[in-house]
This record gives sequence, C-alpha cells and structure tokens, in this order.
Amino acid sequence: MKILGVSAFYHDSAAALIDDGKIVAAAQEERFTRVKHDSAFPENAVRYCLEQAGCELSEVDNVVFYDKPFLKFERLLETYLSFAPRGFKSFKMAIPLWLREKLFQKDLLRKEFKNFSEDFDWENKLLFAEHHQSHAASAFFASPFEEAVVLTMDGVGEWATTSVGIGRGGSLDMVKEIHFPHSIGLLYSAFTYYTGFKVNSGEYKVMGLAPYGEPRYADLIFEHLVDLKPDGSFRLNQDYFDYCTGLRMTNDKFAELFGGPARTPEEELTQRHMDLAASVQAAVEKIVLTLTESLAKETGIENLCLAGGVALNCVANGKVQRQGAFKNLWVQPAAGDAGGALGAALAAHHIYKQQPRHLNGAMDAMKGSYLGPEYEQDDIEARLKAAGARFEVVSNEEIAKKTARALADGEAVGWFQGRMEFGPRALGGRSILGDPRSPEMQRTLNLKVKYRESFRPFAPSVLREDVEQWFEHKGDSPYMLIVADVAKHIRKSMTAEEEALFGIEKLNVPRSDIPAITHVDYSARIQTVHEETNPRYHALISEFKALTGCPVVVNTSFNVRGEPIVSTPEDAFRCFMGTELDVLSIGNCMLRKPDQDPALKLDYKNAFELD
Amino acid sequence: MGFISELWRFMRVRKKFWLVPVMVMMALLGGLIVLTQGSAIAPFIYTLF
Repeated sequence: MKILGVSAFYHDSAAALIDDGKIVAAAQEERFTRVKHDSAFPENAVRYCLEQAGCELSEVDNVVFYDKPFLKFERLLETYLSFAPRGFKSFKMAIPLWLREKLFQKDLLRKEFKNFSEDFDWENKLLFAEHHQSHAASAFFASPFEEAVVLTMDGVGEWATTSVGIGRGGSLDMVKEIHFPHSIGLLYSAFTYYTGFKVNSGEYKVMGLAPYGEPRYADLIFEHLVDLKPDGSFRLNQDYFDYCTGLRMTNDKFAELFGGPARTPEEELTQRHMDLAASVQAAVEKIVLTLTESLAKETGIENLCLAGGVALNCVANGKVQRQGAFKNLWVQPAAGDAGGALGAALAAHHIYKQQPRHLNGAMDAMKGSYLGPEYEQDDIEARLKAAGARFEVVSNEEIAKKTARALADGEAVGWFQGRMEFGPRALGGRSILGDPRSPEMQRTLNLKVKYRESFRPFAPSVLREDVEQWFEHKGDSPYMLIVADVAKHIRKSMTAEEEALFGIEKLNVPRSDIPAITHVDYSARIQTVHEETNPRYHALISEFKALTGCPVVVNTSFNVRGEPIVSTPEDAFRCFMGTELDVLSIGNCMLRKPDQDPALKLDYKNAFELD
Repeated sequence: MGFISELWRFMRVRKKFWLVPVMVMMALLGGLIVLTQGSAIAPFIYTLF
C-alpha cells in the first residue's frame, strides 16, 4: 500500500512516500527549485518520491494533504470577526488570496497532479489530515517507541498551536490542544521579528544569539505577555501582539515594554538584542519544561515524542532530556512543516487505514533521515565533467583518508555523499566540514564560506561510541536536535579578564579543546554518527580520529546564507566555486580548489537573498 | 457546486451554521476587493464593515 503525503502552499513544501508503512522517500521542494522555504506545489519532490518508489501516481493508493484548509479558513474568519473592525488591512490582503485559491485547494491539488496522472480517482483517494495530527504522526509513527506521549508545538496549524497525543502501537489519539492565538511558536516568532530577523526562518538565529545575553527580560515576559499555569498551559496577552490583526508580529505597546522599536534587519546587534534573545529562550524553555513535567506526571508514560517547529529548538530539547521527567525523548528530524508531508502519509496509513505498525527494535523508522535523492558514481562523474570540474577518482577507503587528511590540515571541505537529508539539518550527506580543534575555523567558515553572521555557532558530528568522552551527553542524538555541554575535562577556564567580556567579544575566547563547535556557554548541538545509518561519514570521522585523536568534526549545511542546502552534484560544484571551500568530496570524486579552472569562479556571496 | 456542498458538509460537522451569513458577507466584501484590487474602494468598505 503506497501513500503519498504532501505539504504545500504556506512554507517549506515537501512530499513523502511510504510503502506498507515503510518510509521510502521524502524531500523538500526548495532543494530542487533552489528557492529557500519554497511554498509552491512540490512538483519536483513528488516526482522524486515516485521515481524512488519506482511507481506512477496511478499506483499510489492515497494522496494526503497535511492540513485542512476549511478549518484554517474558519479560524481566519472567526479571528477577523472577533477583532473587527481592527484587522481590516490584514483581511484585505488575506481574503482575496483565500477566495482566489486557498479555499479551493482540492481543485488546486487535482490540477497540479494532472501532470502525473490524468485519471486519478480524486474523489476517493485524496485525504486531508489535520496539521497537528500530521506533526504528531510524524513524531510517533517514525519513533522507536511502542507507547509515547506526543507533544507538538508550532506557530499555528488550523486552530491548534500546541497539542498532546497518546500513541500506542498503531493508534494515536489527540487528547488536548491549545488554540490560536495562544502559541509558543508565535511568541518566539514575535521576538524573532522584534530582534530584526525573518519570521519563519530566523528563529534559530535567536536561539544562537541567546547564549551571548542574560535573560533580564524573562520576568517581564511572564508578568505581561504570558500567563503560564502549573500544568504548562498558557495564554498570551494579545494587547502586546499584532499578528491577529496586523501585518507585524508585535505592536507599539510591546516596543514600549521592551524599551525601543524593533531592530531593522541589518542594524547592528547590541547587548540588548542578545538579552532579549536570552529572555525569550528562557521563557520558552520554562513553558516547555512545565508542560513536559506535567504530562509525565499525568500520564505515567516513559517516552516522549516531539514535533512542530518549536521542536527544532534543540536547546530546549536538551533541557527536556536532562530534566528527566520522561526517560526517553525522540524528536522528529523534519519537525517543521516539511515533516507534515511525512506525518500526513503515516497518519493515513495507521489511523485512517488502520494498518498495524511494525517496530524496528531500538531503531527509529527514519533511516538516519537520509531519505532524499542520491547519485551513482558514473552519474556524478558525468555531471561534474559537464560542469567543467577537474577531479580525481579514488577508492572508498581513500576518499575517507584523503578527506580526513584535508580536514586535519585545516582545510574547509564540502562533503556530498549518499542520499540527501530530509529536514533542515545537514547530517553528513550534504555538509561542509572543518577541524573543530582550530580556533579560527568558526570565523573562517562563517565569513569566508557561509557568508553569514559571525556570531552563529557550528555543530559537531561525533562518533556515537565517543560521545560520552567529549560531551556531557549519554545516548543517541543522530539528528542534531539536542544541545549538551562539552565535557568538563576539555573545557578551557577563562582568565578574569576574559570572564569580564560581554556579548560577541566572548566569541573570540577559545572555550575548549574543540573551540570551533563550543558555544560561549560551553554548549554544542550534537550529532552522533552511527555506522548503521551513515557508514561513509562514520569512516571519515574514524580516519580523522586516527590522524588527530579527535573523533569530532565541525558539520554545517552545504550552502551559503540564504541558499537551500545543495541537492545535486552541480549545486555542490557551484557552491564550491563560489566560496572559499578548499576541497570537495562527491561520491568517489575529489576536487581541490587550486586544480579548478579560475574562469569558473562565481560571485556567490550576493547570489541569494539573505535569510 | 461540489465546493459549496463540501463547505455545507463542513459547517454541519463543525456545527457552525452561524458562519453562513458571515461567509456570505465576507465573500461579498472579499469579492469586491478582488474586483477592485483594493485601493479606491477601501475606505468605503471600511465604513460598511
């Protein structure tokens, strides 16, 4: 039984295909169209999924859309009505869009899918899952747990912004919800907007900025903005927000409360902005921890699954894990709306079709999240030749050895191997790698390779078997969704002078033996690398360890600021030629910058709209 | 036609018949905005609303 899940028309369009409950393929449309957070119908992602499954659309049993447009429209109307006549400006922009297309999503989907099959039985085969049901299904049915509490938190779906479900075997019952406009995701987005970053994409920058600040506004948040109850439920005081009726996230009263207008996007970041970031991070952590503690007590269940955009807040996830209210935590790697495509398909299979679920021992069902396209060696060589690349072809063993050598020599390496990752993190399929021991690596990668803000931290990939020696973390973290501190014995203590530094000045002080991945508060967003799911990446880090004694590499996504992560060998070559990457390892091909034709160099810095 | 009947079924399930007049009004207003593309008629609509 084949089921195709689709998410589209808002942000992060994606498609996913499952066959008898097994995940066959999943990919985000932005990787194919090269438009970051592309919201268009995911035609390319659908095509890829069908190709990967080796079938036509006519052989698919159901197509499932990840949310319910009528319910969303109901929320929109009721919100406008309850705030009227305020909100007319936003109404004037939203309603025509809905009347023109969004209300007719069924027809829109039919029309778009016509390219794939003329006579698909849409009347009986097209299903719609609820937004949070899709998130919850992506978290529970893909997890390794027989029984779990499922907590989903995001900006907003139809009505729900936070939901709790109980998953048992093949069943998943949604038991309670918090409704719009009360939303943890929107609270975080409000501060993202207020600190001058883009809503729906800049949230992780706020999270990265938080450790430079002090949470001095956290009390103010709980005094004026958030009414948090002991069970973790909450309400947001709408007097301070503008998102229900206006075109901004926050209003003048909010600005007055926090001492000034919102920061403009390229305005200098000051200590105040860092304190604001630290404050909203602390507030969100408190809300999430209160919720999880109360759910653990209420249900007595040992396992917790998380999904929804807020579950990408890996700092909060790390705290949930260390809180220990739940014995085990599993976070869906595609926790944002792209993952809704996968969740919708899984929900249809297990809930609508009532198909049993088969667990895979202690392994989850995500296959390391390597669910995207891959390229055969012959194909890679042909594509690279056509692009004018000069490369040497080496054996499997040598590609690991030579790449490890380059890393140990301090070179920045593009690493393109196997299937592309599903979800926002690069996990050693489409990654840029560096030596974490180098004190300059963070700056070099940020400013010369990624062309992004210098404050942004990098994450480590560490061999699973070595994680406990290098980090204060036990267990798996294969999806880079949990933050933990580096181990005490490798930390560097600071001088009194260094201790006195504030904000970004702290960045230049090496904090450990692996400074490139150690954030200013000694934290790191860990990815544990497993031989079972990514043997090539595991082999590379093992070689690096043999050379240096260090089983850790810097891992950041293979792209520049504003660009979607590379998908094809051609994308990778373009990015390689447009940045100061020194080496590119694609399949068994090894490319070095000095060997390349200088005429193929690109101005890549300004090629993408900043995120 | 299919769309209207689906919308009707949706309102029955959600027990939100009171939305019918709201939807009709909104559709009219929205339709007007679509037709006029906003600008000139906007203050007029605002007073009506």
